[in-house]
Amino acid sequence: MSEPLLPPIGMLAELTHRCPLQCPYCSNPLELLKADRELDTQTWLDLFSQAADLGVLQVHLSGGEPTLRRDLGQLIAGLSARGVYTNLITAGINIAEGRIAAFAEAGLDHLQLSFQGARPATTDRIGNHSGSHEKKLETARRARAAGLPLTINAPIHCHNIEEVPEFIDLALSLDAERLEIANVQYAGWALANRNTLMPERAAVERQAEIVAAAQARLAGVINIDFVPPDYFAVYPKPCMGGWARDAFMVTPDGTVLPCHAAQTIPALRFERFGERSLAEIWTDSPAFNAFRGTEWMQEPCRSCERREFDWGGCRCQAMAIAGDAAATDPVCIKSPIHARMGMLTDETRRAAADNAAGEPFIYRRIRAVAELG
Amino acid sequence: MMALRERAIVSLQSMPSLPRHVRIQYDPVRQAFAVLSPERVFWPNDISLDILRRCDGRSTVGYIIAGLAADYDAEQKAVAADVIAFLQEWSDKLLVKL
Repeated sequence: MSEPLLPPIGMLAELTHRCPLQCPYCSNPLELLKADRELDTQTWLDLFSQAADLGVLQVHLSGGEPTLRRDLGQLIAGLSARGVYTNLITAGINIAEGRIAAFAEAGLDHLQLSFQGARPATTDRIGNHSGSHEKKLETARRARAAGLPLTINAPIHCHNIEEVPEFIDLALSLDAERLEIANVQYAGWALANRNTLMPERAAVERQAEIVAAAQARLAGVINIDFVPPDYFAVYPKPCMGGWARDAFMVTPDGTVLPCHAAQTIPALRFERFGERSLAEIWTDSPAFNAFRGTEWMQEPCRSCERREFDWGGCRCQAMAIAGDAAATDPVCIKSPIHARMGMLTDETRRAAADNAAGEPFIYRRIRAVAELG
Repeated sequence: MMALRERAIVSLQSMPSLPRHVRIQYDPVRQAFAVLSPERVFWPNDISLDILRRCDGRSTVGYIIAGLAADYDAEQKAVAADVIAFLQEWSDKLLVKL
């Protein structure tokens, strides 16, 4: 290790993989866990308590759809009692009247609501759930009525990239403090649907200009965070702020991971909360230590001046495209196989164009895994 | 349709406060004060922390500047420029309400 191990700041808790939506770019793994594999209330509360002891200051409650957990209010109260900043990441569908106010009462700090489109027809088609847009608008209103600060999350791909200006208007009309324009990253379900999701380079460039202008125009009115798409980038992002550096996530069955897609790296074995304590997993797990710091790096990362800024980029993308989880993220212009990214985007766009009628999405659902072969 | 927010500009009469989604909290693990906000954690230095703590929604910016100048034994004019710039930056990020 080239630097001392620091305590984690953030944790993403995927309370369940159950979800009323079927978005084809879901960051959950292709093999979704059923309800009977989920941790029970007391185990989550123990885990949260250990996380707070370890130094976690922010917990993002996600899924699947976290409001499908009937004990969500109890979990929020447990976090709040430990002074942890709690953020609920929800699709905002079918949440019973009064529950959002109860979450606020239990100590919820912030609510993040996804919109699959800025137009009702787009939202309903991408999530494969008719009437979902209207339900989301109602959830936003209830969050504001309960006094909760609101982030609107807009995952972007070729089917809604032209709606970016409308997403900005939507977030303003809902009185949100924050808008995330987050381009879909091609891992998990999005990788399986890459041919039907990837936008054209020109559209990506237009989008970046629109967002930059809105950020300047709306300073002090709304915060707009922009996550550009990796495939069109020159340098990689510091994925998760560096592997197991200051954040981690937990799957519905208690498996502790450095990031969403970490289980796509076949050489790594991840441990479950309960088999070991959270502190032991954070400090000693061989999978967590595999890509910490800079010692594991190959050239060109090893001698790169950006190595402690981007930490080599995304290990899962290196695995998926270079076939080696310790390789430089191929997004990086210094990667010996960077040219492959351009070829991939060109091929993908050609595949999409050839299929003028539009290849159907592989919607996210449990039985879809078999269809993927 | 509700009226849209407008960008707030700091004046000596502004009475800044921390919005509901921002809070200052002592972290016993790191033995430091953290500012918690959606998606981000800030580690303010002593002076920033001192400014933020005075953002109680009742004190004017003028009063905050006078108090800081006295406590730090500094010239009010220099303190004023720093405090106003700091509060404008934090207001523009919606981390301070004016």
